[in-house]
Amino acid sequence: MILQVQNVTKRFGGLTAVKNVSFELAEGHILGLIGPNGAGKTTLFNCINGVYDPSEGKIIFRGQDITGLPTYRAAHLGLARTHQIVRPLNELTVRQNVIVGACYGRENLGLREAAHVADEIMAFVGLSQRTDMLASSLNVAQKKRLELARALASRPYLLLLDEVLAGLNPTEVSAMLDTIRSVQQMGITIIMIEHIMHAVMSLSQHIIVLNYGELIAEGSPEEVSQNPQVIEAYLGDPDLAERLLEEDRI
Amino acid sequence: MKLSRYPGLIIAVLLVVLVSLYPIITGSASARETVFTVLMSLALASSLNILLGYTGYVSFGHIVFFGLGGYVGFYTLTALHWHLLLAVLAGGAAAAGLAFALGKSILRLRGAYFALATIGVNEALRAFINNFEPFGGPVGMDMKFAIYNEYGGAMQALWIVYGGLIVITLGVIFTSYAVKKSKFGLGLMAIREDEDAAEVMGVMAPNAKTWAYVLSAIFPGLIGVLFFFKNGNIEPGDAFRLHLSIELIVMVMLGGQGTVLGPIVGGAAYQQLRKTLLTSPLFKNIQLAVAGFLLLIIVLFIPSGAVGWLRSRFATMRRVLE
Repeated sequence: MILQVQNVTKRFGGLTAVKNVSFELAEGHILGLIGPNGAGKTTLFNCINGVYDPSEGKIIFRGQDITGLPTYRAAHLGLARTHQIVRPLNELTVRQNVIVGACYGRENLGLREAAHVADEIMAFVGLSQRTDMLASSLNVAQKKRLELARALASRPYLLLLDEVLAGLNPTEVSAMLDTIRSVQQMGITIIMIEHIMHAVMSLSQHIIVLNYGELIAEGSPEEVSQNPQVIEAYLGDPDLAERLLEEDRI
Repeated sequence: MKLSRYPGLIIAVLLVVLVSLYPIITGSASARETVFTVLMSLALASSLNILLGYTGYVSFGHIVFFGLGGYVGFYTLTALHWHLLLAVLAGGAAAAGLAFALGKSILRLRGAYFALATIGVNEALRAFINNFEPFGGPVGMDMKFAIYNEYGGAMQALWIVYGGLIVITLGVIFTSYAVKKSKFGLGLMAIREDEDAAEVMGVMAPNAKTWAYVLSAIFPGLIGVLFFFKNGNIEPGDAFRLHLSIELIVMVMLGGQGTVLGPIVGGAAYQQLRKTLLTSPLFKNIQLAVAGFLLLIIVLFIPSGAVGWLRSRFATMRRVLE
């Protein structure tokens, strides 16, 4: 198991954003993390990579307890992530952005080796044409790719993808899906938060569903999509809907 | 090592060397004094730039390191009878020590809170030294004229101080360039752009910021000793002049924050402007107001400064100007 999340709870004052969530992730898999808006998915990511210190519970990464370690320690251990709202280093070039990832990531490279890694990664994600542009001048799809490139340049064992498909048009989505598949083939384990269901269903081996901070279902894509609780979380209670319709008729 | 591979560094060094050679060749004391002021400004501005330009942290009280270095150096010269070289090093070490301690505490603050804290530090140290008897309290300390005899008389001593300043200025420029081109510097710029994202990528922001702060504090500490040695006396009001901090920010912004050449151009240009203003009957009492107005104009219209503007405007400049 590359990652074990054990009974993680995160409270903000009176609000419990993540409630007693546990799951395990096998090396080389893609895990889909889904749930309605505000379900606590990004908060869970933040607990895993150390942006937040969980109120309760433990995060075990490659056999090591990383609960509450600063984010840069998690990065050094091989845990990379992308942000839902892209955070490019605007006044630096695309190449410099990726070099930062390579320099300060798991392998702690010097500038020269980092530049080689960066060139390789930029070719891989399809940013080779834009290496010397300022990151601020990229469009949304390219910024999403830049986020991915920076994360990959750190040579992570585990990659947390926070809605890398959001805001992309259908062509860009299918291109990104291919990229994510090749990332998996590189041997990198992935957890992805995603709202585009067909994407997450086709990519993931395993899916977990959060609602109001609680893990309400997990299993293969087929199992999860048949689960009444999941359907309820997304669409509301089917029985209640039926009853309301009945009442309407009377 | 091929020199042509470092055009940005060469331009900066050549500028400084040419300007500082002029008084030496002509042997003119008045030219030396003018150039001393210019060199001091651009060296202080360049060291502030390591924090302000590369790391993105605005230090409004940067002059505190100049004042503290000056006081420590002055004390070792007069009370402990150290040699000037040792005194200068002591001043630098004191400034670095203070920056390290502050780095571990106030660098947790961001944006305006950090800027306010740096003003607080400057004012607190001024108040402390005002009441600190070993440093002479509010009257400060004087230097016996005889001290200059150790350095071949007062005239000779002034030239030595001038030489020392040239060495330190070149040191600042090399440091500034080396930081900008290093992995460390890239980490600082990542912090400037987005500190949280930089940490997620593995940049150890608390450490990097502290070392940037220490680096930017050492040089003002060294220069403070030279300045007050030349001055012959030191008092709290002279050592911790808050408006000098602000003038330094104007210089960095004028030339271009985050560039090696910017603070050099900005420092020199600002001193020329100041000289003109101070000698004009109309502006001599309001030269600081002009500096403030200038800062406003720069921030509003050319926030990247002169060098930054040239770099963004002309692609070829990007290869030449660092």
